[in-house]
Amino acid sequence: MKYEAVIGLEVHAQMLTDTKIFCGCSTKFGSEPNTQTCPVCIGMPGVLPVLNNKALEFAIKTGLATNCKISTYSRFARKNYFYPDLPKGYQISQYELPICEHGFIEIIVDGEVKKIGITRIHMEEDAGKNIHEDGGNYSFVDLNRAGVPLMEIVSEPDIRTPKEAVEYMKKLRAILRYLGVCDGNMEQGSLRCDANISVRPLGQKEYGTRAEVKNINSFKFVEKALEYEIKRQIKVVEEGGKVIQETRLWDSNKGITESMRGKEEAHDYRYFPEPDLVPITVEQKWIDEIKASLPELPDIKRERFASEFGLPEYDADLLTSEKSIADWFEAAVKAGGQPKAVSNWMMGDLMRLLNEENKTIEKCPLKPSQLADMLRLMDKGTISGKIAKTVFENMYKTGKDAEAIVKEKGLVQVSDEGAIEKAVDEVIAKNPKEVERYKGGEEKLLGFFVGQVMKAMKGKANPQMLNEILKKKLSQ
Amino acid sequence: MKISVEYVAKLARLSLSEKERELFGSQLNSILNYMEKLNEVDTKDVEPTSHVISLSNVMRDDIPVRSIKREDALMNAPEHTDKFYRVPKIIE
Repeated sequence: MKYEAVIGLEVHAQMLTDTKIFCGCSTKFGSEPNTQTCPVCIGMPGVLPVLNNKALEFAIKTGLATNCKISTYSRFARKNYFYPDLPKGYQISQYELPICEHGFIEIIVDGEVKKIGITRIHMEEDAGKNIHEDGGNYSFVDLNRAGVPLMEIVSEPDIRTPKEAVEYMKKLRAILRYLGVCDGNMEQGSLRCDANISVRPLGQKEYGTRAEVKNINSFKFVEKALEYEIKRQIKVVEEGGKVIQETRLWDSNKGITESMRGKEEAHDYRYFPEPDLVPITVEQKWIDEIKASLPELPDIKRERFASEFGLPEYDADLLTSEKSIADWFEAAVKAGGQPKAVSNWMMGDLMRLLNEENKTIEKCPLKPSQLADMLRLMDKGTISGKIAKTVFENMYKTGKDAEAIVKEKGLVQVSDEGAIEKAVDEVIAKNPKEVERYKGGEEKLLGFFVGQVMKAMKGKANPQMLNEILKKKLSQ
Repeated sequence: MKISVEYVAKLARLSLSEKERELFGSQLNSILNYMEKLNEVDTKDVEPTSHVISLSNVMRDDIPVRSIKREDALMNAPEHTDKFYRVPKIIE
């Protein structure tokens, strides 16, 4: 029998505010443990939380960018449970009346556009961090993260394959990063993903029993964890068993999901309206202002890149995956670079050099205008494409301009017919056997001759001229 | 309406003696019975109240203020090291 998976994702995104959601403690990552806390975020009696207006603005921004309806009346709720990283014994979250509802984002899978519904986006506070000591009898708690603002973004069960889930996560991450509301770092935990998964025979309308998989902390694991869990559930069903509604933990070392049985007492969070915080009313005027301030989002930018610059879908998609990459591209084009040429250099050599150093484009030592300048030298025929590779790498490493490097290293392309002819004659004279074979029909040997001449001329021969001269001479 | 004292005690992480269970059980049930009485009132057209103060949008700007000293934060915990709160091992 054929089966189909039904997947919904719950994504927690840490908001890029300077301070926590209900107090003025810093949210800086990586500080000394327990140095960014105060009576509010460590749950001392008698304190009152006060909402950070930036967190509210970020949540509204995200809602607007994901086509949500923004609630004009919204409130917080207490979610009650005990855990050492939760100092108050409850988490301030939203339950009824979340700030955003009924949205969607679009993903592209195998060339098809698919809408994934967003059920809701709500604000809540993060918990602290537990540190476990191997073999010891204690755990240790750092509350620097307690109270850091989070958005929980809940999707509809519209996702059918692990691939779609990855595309959804990528799109969501791109939107959050474009908006500047979350840095999207899954490894550092500023973007976290839990998945609700069930399987059903293809064609069946009713959902199967779902399991929740937690602890998925990289894009690679989104796909792997879902693939594993889908296979596991299909196996259970095919063997005549029943999928149990439970929480499972993804173990990336073993590559499996494991039941959290034992810890899995039925949760009863006893949500109720948070009495310490007054409700939020959002005026349409503010929503309109925020809407007007939204940046151009990835989907629209991608379409514009394709139409305005005549780029293939693939290029447009890659260049708009990050706002910083798109900005770099546009700056290079504005400085005179031909769009497709800029795109090729960026997606090829530039990304390779950045990846080698594990750098993002924000830290790129090369300026967009420098690439445009180099492309101009290529257009003028001053340097060949082959030499340009050397120049480019040099520009990247030294930060010098293309023209300076070309001068300094004597890399100017030789377009002097006499000089090329001389070198070609020498190579032909030195390789009589290859000349025979070429004339005997082994035309692929042309590359060998090109290589030899280029070597002799230190790569500086004008390639088109070299090709023509070689062909002419070899057919004589 | 009958309430399970064991269940509520478990949620609150309280261990109760047999005597306490009986006492709290009857007390909780009398509170619930009183609430039941409130249910007799017709509230069909009444908005539920979640806050008694008619205020909304009390917010602060996103400006950091100084946190408290670590030793001051930790001193209230039953157990701590020089950097962390210390708790019984959490089994994951």
